[in-house]
Amino acid sequence: MISGLLERNPRFAQWLYGFKPPERGTVVLVHRRVYIVPARIGWLFGATLGLLLIGSINYALGLGFALTFLLAGLGLAAMVHTARNLARIGVTAGRAEPVFAGEPAQFRVLLESRAGFDRPAILARHLGSGAQLVVDIPAHGVAEVVLEAPAARRGWLPIGRLMLETRYPLGLFRAWSYVEPDARCLVYPRPERSPLPTAAAHEAAGGQRSPVAGNEDFSGLRTYQLSDSPRHVAWKAVARTDGMLTKQFSGEAAAELWLDWERLPPALGLEQRLSRLAGWVLAAERGGARYGLRLPGVEIAPARGDSHAAACLQALALYRES
Amino acid sequence: MTPAPHPLAPEMRLATPRDLAWLIGALALAILPHAQRAPWWLTLLTLCLFGWRFYLSLDRSPLPSRWLVLGVAAVAMLGVWIEYRHMLGRQQGILLLVLFAGLKLLETRTHRDATAAAFLGYFLIVTNFLYTQSIPAALLMCAALFAITATLVGFSAPNRAARSNMRTAAVLLGHAAPAALVLFLLFPRVNTPLWGLPQDAYTGMTGLSETMSPGNLSNLALSDAIAFRAEFQGELPPQALRYWRGPVMWDFDGRTWRLGDYVPARADPPTAGRAAYRYDVVLEPHNRTWLFALESAASVPPRARYSGDGQILARFPVRARLRYDVTSVIGPEARSDEAPYLLRRALRLPESFNPKAAALAAQWRSGARDEGEVLSRAIAFFRQGRFVYTLEPPMLGSDSVDEFLFDTKAGFCEHFASAFVFLMRAAGIPARVVTGYQGGEVNPFDRIVTVRQSDAHAWAEVFLPGQGWLRVDPTAAAVPGRVESGLARAVPQGEQALIRHPGLEWLRDLRNQWEAAAHKWNVWVLSYNPERQRELMSLIGIRDADWRSLTATLFTALGMITAALLLWSLRRMARPDPVQRAWRAFCAKLAARGVERSPHEGPRDYAERAARALPGARRAILHIAALYMSLRYGPHASARRAKQLRRLVRELRLT
Repeated sequence: MISGLLERNPRFAQWLYGFKPPERGTVVLVHRRVYIVPARIGWLFGATLGLLLIGSINYALGLGFALTFLLAGLGLAAMVHTARNLARIGVTAGRAEPVFAGEPAQFRVLLESRAGFDRPAILARHLGSGAQLVVDIPAHGVAEVVLEAPAARRGWLPIGRLMLETRYPLGLFRAWSYVEPDARCLVYPRPERSPLPTAAAHEAAGGQRSPVAGNEDFSGLRTYQLSDSPRHVAWKAVARTDGMLTKQFSGEAAAELWLDWERLPPALGLEQRLSRLAGWVLAAERGGARYGLRLPGVEIAPARGDSHAAACLQALALYRES
Repeated sequence: MTPAPHPLAPEMRLATPRDLAWLIGALALAILPHAQRAPWWLTLLTLCLFGWRFYLSLDRSPLPSRWLVLGVAAVAMLGVWIEYRHMLGRQQGILLLVLFAGLKLLETRTHRDATAAAFLGYFLIVTNFLYTQSIPAALLMCAALFAITATLVGFSAPNRAARSNMRTAAVLLGHAAPAALVLFLLFPRVNTPLWGLPQDAYTGMTGLSETMSPGNLSNLALSDAIAFRAEFQGELPPQALRYWRGPVMWDFDGRTWRLGDYVPARADPPTAGRAAYRYDVVLEPHNRTWLFALESAASVPPRARYSGDGQILARFPVRARLRYDVTSVIGPEARSDEAPYLLRRALRLPESFNPKAAALAAQWRSGARDEGEVLSRAIAFFRQGRFVYTLEPPMLGSDSVDEFLFDTKAGFCEHFASAFVFLMRAAGIPARVVTGYQGGEVNPFDRIVTVRQSDAHAWAEVFLPGQGWLRVDPTAAAVPGRVESGLARAVPQGEQALIRHPGLEWLRDLRNQWEAAAHKWNVWVLSYNPERQRELMSLIGIRDADWRSLTATLFTALGMITAALLLWSLRRMARPDPVQRAWRAFCAKLAARGVERSPHEGPRDYAERAARALPGARRAILHIAALYMSLRYGPHASARRAKQLRRLVRELRLT
């Protein structure tokens, strides 16, 4: 009920919870940041207490009073314990591996119990995606949660706001806290599978002479595309697997290839161009070629290897991103 | 986007076999005391339902259909109806609650249902208190409460070891105790029930009744139940003077004595006498209005009235243990006047009953000079009459006094009192029957006098001109042992309850100790009432506390307890060490002036950059950084230098 109200009125929630801009490093949930309300079970508990009290008064049951008041004290203690279960948890966002747009970003979050007691049943939820996980944090220990969030667009994806919640120990109260760590995930453009530029990509300037996807040496398999020659279809592989695969051949292992923005069809939009370039980077890396990337204002010298591919993809991801 | 199911919401979490095992254990503890009153088949049925549910959870079988559960419920309710022939009593309601605990488990899938079933356990605990609130009942309550709490903790922390959850439950209950104590002592109490209670709420309370006929006191005398306890300040009155006055019987129909109309008081009770005793009485509920006091009461407890025949009557029937304090005097000044209509009433006798007794009385009267002589003749008659005091008197016919006096010569105190008052009235002396208790056992451990139903007694009071009403105990005259040493030695052996056997002293000792504890329990826990609350408040300096001052004190105390709990919850929280805190404060100060430390920046680089940006504070900034680095990474950390760092940071002014 309350959470629904807050979801509809983000500015009210902002005011109520004093949301802060993303916080760097380890965020410690101090008591001030922990909110607590009775859970539905808590209201039921309260109603039970009311009935017990009325019965005890009416029948003048001394022990009835004792039970009722013990339960009331239990409610009070449960409230303090529930808040304590969340207070002084250190939240640290770990490194998130880059992903391609359209794949889920995986944010690792470390929850650390900065106290000499364990904290059972802590729910961590990514508010944007609704991804959630329940973990137990050992005393003075750390629990890791991985929260997935959809990465729709290329560029930096901030982790966004997280909520930690607990109802331990009796389920009567719901304590929660919001935290927005300063963590982000790099999102590469969605790679478009298209054939690598052909031998025509040959640069006049350099002494490179190699068409890349030649047909001398078998270099691997890739998924079939309509433009592929039927002669290159790996029929044996088709028999084994579900999809059509195309045999790839590379002309020369050391061939250098420039993946050049300028050579893309002029009709393509910005994102399409980046997608195609990203697809080329993947294909080139898979093909084992040395390749370079040329974007307006950006040039990455030809090289090979995972870190080179990552650099190229990052350049694509962040191209013209503010 | 539809919100994902909430994994902490109880309706989303399935009850595991471990959860169910705990829940069943806790509920069984709560049901345990009911089992001694419930029909055996109902207890067995409930336990079978528990077992069935647990068995189903082991291999995750589907739960029985709702129709099957309803069928079981209907059969069980039919059984209860056959047992009691109606369904609307308190006992039946509680039995259905017990049964419901079993049925509820059969439809328990998630933690929400399981929690509701656990709360049902609270009602099972409290309904037991309608029958008994003894110390064992309280201990059982604590055990059941602990089990329910541990069960709930188990629901909340399913992956944790049961031992850890039990420890948490114990800590929780420990933390609940101070608040519970404060609430118990300070929550404003009321004396009257909120609404009418069911008809059968007070059945089974024993005590004296409004009538006295042959046989009903001797029945009562077989009961070992406690009537009341009295705690004297100072001296105890001797056994022979411990006459606890109760209902006074005026009207006789030949067989049964009755209270008759209420006699309004004409004056306050007499306050001067030979000896005065002050004492507290804790009266067990007996569902009548009589309050018992030592003869004769000189003060009347609050909310009670004093009647013209010396009874003390509460405004409402005593349905809960009641505590009052009274002062009594021995040998009060005589009140020699009495209303003529009362004297006439004290002479009234049914026509044509007991002719032999009437003739004997007339014979005494004619041969005596005054009432005093008649009285002494009558006492002599009883003393020499070889009467037998017995708990099992022979049955008497319609001329009950004649038969007792001249044929059977065996009876209990009601026979003696009834016959004596009859004789007095027949001889023209106003007389009345007084019932109450005589004696009581003194507990050597706390000097509290325990008066049991077996101490019930009946005696006579006669009115002599110039002397007023005098107590005469014909039983004491006939069987002196009754009054001097209590019932135990007066009644022939074999008729007594085993515990009164003179040979079993150790057993009596044990019982005395137990009862001393039970008395404290009654006074401080069970009959804690508004009066006692006021006494307590006057101890802390608040006189005449009403509900407002009680509530104010209550909330103050609860606030303090909550603060203490919060302080506790902050304990064991790792705080950054003071050096680190000072460094953070330093960084925050610089950041406020626009020099923010980037995460990768070490203290030296940062300080140099800050010093360049804020040349006015250059010296201080570099000094603080140097001190921090030496404290943090150097070999010579000391508390004094840490303090210096904190001071420097505090005094740093960046203008």
